[in-house]
Amino acid sequence: MADTVVGANPDPHASGEDPNRRDFIHIAAAVMAVGAVGALAWPFIDQMNPAGDTLALASVEFDLTKVEAGQQVTIKWRGKPLFIRNRTGKEIAEAIKDDTADLRDPQTDEQRHKPGKAQWLILVGTCTHLGCVPTFGGGDYGGWFCPCHGSHYDTSGRIRKGPAPTNLAVPDYTFLSDTKVKVG
Amino acid sequence: MSGHSNYEPKTGFERWLDTRLPIVRLAYDSVIDFPTPKNLNYWWTFGGILAVCLGIQIVTGIVLAMHYVPHVDHAFNSVERIMRDVNYGWLVRYMHSNGASMFFIAVYIHMFRGLYYGSYKAPREVLWILGCVIYLLMMATAFMGYVLPWGQMSFHGAVVITNLFGALPLVGESITTWLWGGFAVDNPTLNRFFSLHFLLPFMIAGVVILHIWALHVPGNGNPTGVNVKSKEDTVPFHPYYTVKDGFAISVFLLMFAVFVFFQPNALGDAVNYVPANPLVTPAHIVPEWYFLPFYAILRAVPDKLAGVLLMFGAIAMLFVLPWLDTSKVRSMRYRPTAKLYFGIFVLACLVLGYCGGRLPDDHVIGNLSTFQLLDADLNSMVWLSRIATAYYFAYFLVVLPILGLTETPLPQPESISAPVLPANAPAGAAASPEKRG
Repeated sequence: MADTVVGANPDPHASGEDPNRRDFIHIAAAVMAVGAVGALAWPFIDQMNPAGDTLALASVEFDLTKVEAGQQVTIKWRGKPLFIRNRTGKEIAEAIKDDTADLRDPQTDEQRHKPGKAQWLILVGTCTHLGCVPTFGGGDYGGWFCPCHGSHYDTSGRIRKGPAPTNLAVPDYTFLSDTKVKVG
Repeated sequence: MSGHSNYEPKTGFERWLDTRLPIVRLAYDSVIDFPTPKNLNYWWTFGGILAVCLGIQIVTGIVLAMHYVPHVDHAFNSVERIMRDVNYGWLVRYMHSNGASMFFIAVYIHMFRGLYYGSYKAPREVLWILGCVIYLLMMATAFMGYVLPWGQMSFHGAVVITNLFGALPLVGESITTWLWGGFAVDNPTLNRFFSLHFLLPFMIAGVVILHIWALHVPGNGNPTGVNVKSKEDTVPFHPYYTVKDGFAISVFLLMFAVFVFFQPNALGDAVNYVPANPLVTPAHIVPEWYFLPFYAILRAVPDKLAGVLLMFGAIAMLFVLPWLDTSKVRSMRYRPTAKLYFGIFVLACLVLGYCGGRLPDDHVIGNLSTFQLLDADLNSMVWLSRIATAYYFAYFLVVLPILGLTETPLPQPESISAPVLPANAPAGAAASPEKRG
């Protein structure tokens, strides 16, 4: 490209003495332009990520005395449903019995609740397939059933059948007292 | 838009304008004088019908945006207010919601027309791909528009579709959070969907201009698939096709009006008149009818990522179609074997649509009990979807590449005029109706 410029341009600065100088200016200008566009693009992409106030709404406290044995309460956490389930002895026994079954996402029931709190199962209530809310009491394994695409979860919230790839997620939570949990 | 122009400015103003902005010349060359094959049938009128659909959606959409409130607390109520209190709001909204369905009816007919008559073959590959881009934009627009009323189907449809991107390894979760603007579908999601739903139709309009530009370079195809050989094979677009398109548009609008005035909710789902509740998913969640075939493909696979890839792959097939079909014969009129496979393809698409609207475990044949095959009963929608999905992909990846090499097509006519002329009549006598006054 520099060759064609040389003959055609009478400007002494662009004469044939050093064609690389003109190339350098072209390349440097192009690099600056690309860098500027890239730097400007990022704010326009990142603005779609969760805003500060959305991130601030991270934790929720819940009083467990509201849930009788065998019941489940659904609360909203980070815009998603959260299942707080007070499991019966039968449900816990079934979950432990299936620890050795052929699981798609192998986890023992022990790993899915806090030590010594086997009756309290706290789960993010969104199907790990495409995010619908599974209903309790349906399905082939005594736990949850997702009406959208037919995923079956057992009484520990583990995926047993259907298109979902993983178990219902267990959120980070701590027991503040025997009757109070803080999620998030 | 290209080539020779017969436009002659008649008034002083037109001459003055023509040397500054030849816009009248552009219009004259594109829609008045444009040489068009004289044998186009009614399948060719859907381009014009689609232009009308886009216009209706943009006009009614701008009106709706004047009254709609994109906030999770107000969206549902603002739509009900449009229906009950805004003057003629019910009419504008029903035109818009049914207009989306009409748009898809027309676009599917337009696409099947292209598939049957080989409209994607050289030299029209770019024209075809631009059409595929328009179709993708239409799907994105329709999906985001359906979310705006913030009913139960709106909300959970948005959850399912945005979660599709979560199936991607590594980046999936970041992408869904980015799409949502939070940890779930919520107010930020609704806000941005409204913004994009407003933007995308104008992008569609832009690509439509490119689509028409790409059409006017080689000119229209035609039902014989034979190239235009001489001026005798064409007629000017006006009045021949302005009138034909105009008649087809009128009939189409008549059907449109039947839906708007007599069956305004027939194509929608009643559950979307229940306000969105993030804590309860409706028992039977289905997309709008025009997405059902893809939904069936998604559900046909018991693996999350594979299902998503297959669904997007079904659309990707259309983009690469020009290079999959090996046949040099454009129109299936002269490809009897291909015609048969095409018929089965249309059937497979309809079957997928049917399966998409039913539950995966529903029986295909009422009380017939069969046996369990792998993970589902053989007599179930899942297996019917799998068979139809397999055929859908086989049509593009096996049938079209191989058939073009092995079949024996029927003889094609010499020219567009040849099949309608008596064997020894002088060419051009019956072929030029426009010269008979």
